[in-house]
Formats: sequence, structure tokens, C-alpha cells
Amino acid sequence: MTVLAAPAEGGTATRAPRILVFSTNNISDPGIDLAGSNHLHYSPGVRVIAMPCTSGIRPSWILHAIRQGFEGVFIASDGDECAYLADCAKRASRIVSEAQALLRQNGYDANRLRMAAICSVCAENFAKHMNGFSDALVALRAKEAAAAAAASQASAGGDAPAGAGATK
Amino acid sequence: MSAPKFEWNPETAPANPRQGGPDEAQPAHEEKARRIGVYVCHCGGNISDYVDVQAVVDAVKDEPGVVVAKHTVFACSDAGQQEMQEDIEANHLDGLVVASCSPKLHVVTFRGVAKRSGLNPYEYNQANIREQVSWTHTNDPEGATHKAIGVVRGVIGRTRLSDPLEPLEVKTQQRALVIGGGISGLRAAIGLADVGLAVYVVERERELGGWVGKFGPMFPHEREGRDLIASLVQEIRKRPSITVFTGAEIASKAGSFGNYLVGIRVSGSGDSAETITVDVGSIVVATGFDAYQPPEGSFGMGLPGVITLPDFKALVDGTDGPLRFQGKPVRSLAYVYCVGGRGDGGNAHCSRFCCSATAHTSIRVAGLDPKIRQYHLYRDIRTYGSFELLYTESRKSGSVYVKYPDDAPPVVSTDRDGLKVTVRDLLSGDEELEIPVDLVVLVTGAVPRKNDGLVGILKLPIGRDGFFNEIHPKLRPVETVVDGVLIAGASQGPKSSAESVASGLAAVTQSAAVLKKGVAELDPLVATVDPDKCTWCGKCENACPYGAIEKLSLNGREVATIGEATCKGCGGCVPVCPENAIDLRGYTDGQITAMIDGLLEEAMA
Repeated sequence: MTVLAAPAEGGTATRAPRILVFSTNNISDPGIDLAGSNHLHYSPGVRVIAMPCTSGIRPSWILHAIRQGFEGVFIASDGDECAYLADCAKRASRIVSEAQALLRQNGYDANRLRMAAICSVCAENFAKHMNGFSDALVALRAKEAAAAAAASQASAGGDAPAGAGATK
Repeated sequence: MSAPKFEWNPETAPANPRQGGPDEAQPAHEEKARRIGVYVCHCGGNISDYVDVQAVVDAVKDEPGVVVAKHTVFACSDAGQQEMQEDIEANHLDGLVVASCSPKLHVVTFRGVAKRSGLNPYEYNQANIREQVSWTHTNDPEGATHKAIGVVRGVIGRTRLSDPLEPLEVKTQQRALVIGGGISGLRAAIGLADVGLAVYVVERERELGGWVGKFGPMFPHEREGRDLIASLVQEIRKRPSITVFTGAEIASKAGSFGNYLVGIRVSGSGDSAETITVDVGSIVVATGFDAYQPPEGSFGMGLPGVITLPDFKALVDGTDGPLRFQGKPVRSLAYVYCVGGRGDGGNAHCSRFCCSATAHTSIRVAGLDPKIRQYHLYRDIRTYGSFELLYTESRKSGSVYVKYPDDAPPVVSTDRDGLKVTVRDLLSGDEELEIPVDLVVLVTGAVPRKNDGLVGILKLPIGRDGFFNEIHPKLRPVETVVDGVLIAGASQGPKSSAESVASGLAAVTQSAAVLKKGVAELDPLVATVDPDKCTWCGKCENACPYGAIEKLSLNGREVATIGEATCKGCGGCVPVCPENAIDLRGYTDGQITAMIDGLLEEAMA
């Protein structure tokens, strides 16, 4: 069955969050393949784009993905195993920082972006990350819906709290 | 299992951003009119059991640029490839998308299809709808189908923006490294030397030979394993192009395919050690296996008179006269099969060789003393191929075979009368037998060798069973996802010595196919600079550890230029450019954003 999010306020079940994963051809993508080979389950809302190296991800792609409808972006990084760049983990951290700043500037919660090192055999680890991230995004969805509703009510009452519903 | 079929239900269907409100601006890609063929593979039922492939075809057939959209039972089969070739030629396709297994398996295959049909191989892109869709969403066929549609649309979007490219060539070292000095590694080393490559052999132990080097007579010619190893070592001595390091381990690996720099830590006398660096084009990993060691109490392990098959083989090999164990004569013994395999000990696999090895050992025991009573307590006998002769001969020599139920393995115990085995005889009315014996031999199989250090250094992929993973068990059986790193012998799963040698020689062929040309073709997916956008700030130059980026004076302006031969294609320079002037071929800004957009377009037609 398709994994459904917890019923939103009002009782309507919603679809599983769409998560964009940036993997790497030689390290994390084989790990994600192995999760499939082992028939480990996670939400079909997870979609993967494989890159040569984590350090080649543009922060603007992450913002674009969120704008287009992905609720979260997960960077399945090479960690310290990158065959290209010795300082790949450091570069990836910088990309995440920049992307999170970009998300905030555009009114999105920075928690919509996560990163973890996924090795070529980290199948269970990957599935666990996906399930955890899906749950977190569902919770974020509910939290933001509640904040938006509160802001709407406050607005109707003429005293909108500063910052309420500012992120999406 | 037949393919699930779905009725389109707008109430439950995931949202399609393309059908969103007027505020949802789509990126404006400059797209030329393309002629793309899309093939959605059933992979037998591996995909189509969970993904409605017809629904995928229907959903993408009217995508911009798509002129052919089909599903195919096996895209990689000769018939499947032929169909694609004919379509490419008949429809003048300039782009190809195959939605099938992981690209790691068949990119080369389908690039070959493109090339044979006159289509540039880099106009081909693969959508992974098996490992990352059908196999991981076996619990959700509907979700899997929606996802497959999005994945294929994403790859079509990428293909619309692909450009024809030519592969890059790098010189390859005419040297190979073999890790492991067992029968597979030694035979591979000889083969590599005979095709004209210099070879380094690294063996962790002080002696070469591995398991076979410890064996006595082996089936079928009863030649001793240690003699086989001695003859291989003699052949190695005749070849000056082979350098052997014993008592040595791999300490580091750097470089890339065709040009690996490998550090070998060679232990000297006492605690001293020296690290030697060799430059090689390929690496053959033939590190073998470990024998399963049952924990104390498992099948009587730890009781006096209970030993494993490797220990018993060593006992038999070292015996000329009457068989004795710990000073006592052995008049009866029981072999308990499938210990540490087929579910026991957490190992799901069957090691295959243990049935044959036990039958062979029992024949040798009968040869020492035909009066010794031998009971074989088995789940199934898997003496495949000519090993069946051993099974027949073993029974003829007096061995008694007793089949026990899968869910009721024999119980080994001891009392004042000595050792005994209690077993249910499935083929004789399921009667419970109590067999007093002098010795119990636990027929243990192969388990993955503990090699965490090596795995970490070589980044070797490991399968669920813990053995090294090949790319494809049938089509690329000794290659790994790490280019130029090959696996051989029992390091990739239980094998007989003959099978181990065969896989070692397959690794020789694979190494030779790449290294003997002197050059290897690499993907031309390197970074490029748009000089019109570049304002030369130098950030990209600083971001490239390979020195591939230089400053160039162009029409009175300073701009960056990237050397194709030195660029490794990592893309590390891409996000540091403040002007977005750098793109990685195959992963351009336009292609990635098109993929992101397509991945969300999962609604069915």
C-alpha cells in the first residue's frame, strides 16, 4: 500500500511526502540499489538523482526542488569515501549550509534539507533515513498547517502574531 | 504474478505539478525538437510484477520529443536490443531512454545499442525502475507505478537536453595487482603475466596457497591440494614479471581506473613494517573465505569428539594407518550436514562444496578402514555435476545416508556411554534414531572472510550474504562497481577450487581487455565553462585539486578554461561559481532541473 501521511487536521489523509534524493554514482547510489535488491521498503515518494559527487550539487537545485513540490531533499553523500575529493564532506557541509540559507530566504523551513553519508552497502541505513525523514516531513506538514490556521484566525481577529506561518 | 492494472482516479492520484496553478512557473529550457525512443522493460517479472509497464508507456508516450514508446520483456536480450536498433534507424531517433535495472548493469549494453545504430552513445540515458522502484516497493504496486512514471519522465527530460559527446581516453598502466595468494589468485597472477602484464601478488599469510595449500588428495584426480599450489608457485617463479609479497597487507589506494596507486604494507622481522607503493591498472581481489565456526553448544560443539569438517579433513589427510582422534581409535562417526548454512548460524546461503567434500572425505575414511561405520545426516545432498560420482561411491563404500527434516536437525549429546546423535530418519517412516558414535563431524560451509580494512580501502561492495558483490552474476560476474577492481574466487561466494580458478581467469580476461589496449575510454562527462558568463574570480581554480582549471585570456577578457583530460568529472567546481558559468556534461543545470520537474510528474495518462 502507498504510505500515507497522518490525517491532517480535518481528518483527511494526505499523500506521502515527496523526497528528492541526491545520490552519488559510485558510493551512495549502489547503497540505494542494494536497499532495492534486499526489498527494503520506504515510501515511493522518494525519488533519486545520481550525481558523480556530492560536491557538485548546486544549492539552487535544492530550492528548485522544494519550489516545484518536493517536500524534502536528502543528500545521500559520499562522506569520507569520495573517490574524487578528499575534502568532499567539508564541501558538502558548505553546500547544505548555503542551501538551507537559501530555503530560509525563500520562506521554507531549513529542516526540509537533510544530509547523511550513505556508503555502497548502507542499504538498511538508507531505508531508515527515508522512513525517518518521511515521518519528520509529515510532522512538519502538520505543524505548518496548524501555524497557518492559527495565523489565519489571528488575521481574521486583526492581531496576527509576528512570524506566524512565515515558513512553508 | 501478473502486472497490476490501475484505474485512473483523480481523487487519489498524486498531484501533478504540471497541472498546478498559474503561479507554478516551469523553467524555460531551450529545447530543440528531439526524436526520443523510450523502452520500459518488464525484466521478466522483476519490474512488471509490481509496476504496470503499460501504464508507464501510456503516461510518457506523448511527452515532448518522444516518438517511440514501448514496453519490452527483456530490453537487454538480443531481441530487445535488435528492436531498439531497428526503431532507432527507422525513426531516425536522436535520443534513447531505457527504463530497466540499475544503470550500473546495462549502461554499456545500451550505449552499444545506440552506437551500433548510428546514435551517439551519450544520447542514451537509463532510468532505474528495478532496484529503486519495483524491488523496493514490492508492497505498493500503485505507488511503484506512479513513481516509475515520474522517474521515466525525469530521464526523458534529461535526454531532451543531452548532447552528442565523444569518450575521453586515458593511458592505463600495464600492471595488475592480485590480492590473495590462494589457488584463484595464483592462477590469475600467472594468467596476467602470460598476457604481458607485470603482476604484484599480495598475500596476508607468510605462506602462499590459501585453503587448497592445506588440502590432501582432491577430486577428481586425487592430486594433493598442496601439490597443486606447489606447481603454481613453481610457475610463478618462472615468470620474472610477477612479484610476490607475503606477510603483506593493502594499506591504501588512491588514483582511478587504469592508474591506481596502492600502498602495500610489508611486515619485516619483528614488529618492523615497510610500505611500498605500486601503480597498477587493475586490481584482482581473491581473498577467499573463512570456514564457519559453530558457537559453543551448537550441534554439540565443544563436546569431546565433535569437530568441524576442515579439522576432520586435516586429520584424515594426516593419517596413513588406522584413524585415531585424540589417541582413541575411531570406529564410528556421524557427519551432520548444513551446519552454518541454509539458515543455520544466520547464513542463508548454501555453500555447495561441503556435500561433495564430505562424500569425498568419507571415501578416504573407508579407504583407511572400511570397517568404520559412517552416518551422513543430511537435509539435501547437493553433489552437482560430476560430484554425483562421489555420492555414489561413498554409498558403495558403506556410508549410510539419513535424511533429517528441515525443522528437526540432529541433536548431539553425550552421556556415560559416550557421544551420540539423535536424528529423525525422514525416509524411513520418520523414525527417531539414536546413533552412538566416536566422532561427530560438523559439515560447516563457507562464510565471508573478515576483511573490514580491505573493504574500507577498496570501497568494495558487499552483498547481503556478506560476500563481495559483482555487478551482474551472469553478464559481468567478476566486475565490481569500482572500475578496474575485479573479484575472483570464493571472496564473492562459495565456490569449488575449479570454479575459483575459472573466475580468477575471468578476471584476467577482464583486466587484459582493458589494460592491453594501453588506453581506457572514460566518460566525457567533464566540466565546461561558459566564457560569456565567466568573470574569472578564481574560485573554481581553487576548488579543483587536479589542476584542471586555468585562467585564459579570451578576446581581452580573463575567463576560466577546463582541461578535458585532467578534469575528473566530479563537478566540485560547479557550485562554487558565483556566475553559474560552469556545467558538468550530462548533469547540466538544465538537465538536473528538468529531471527534478519530471520526477514529480507521476500522474498516469
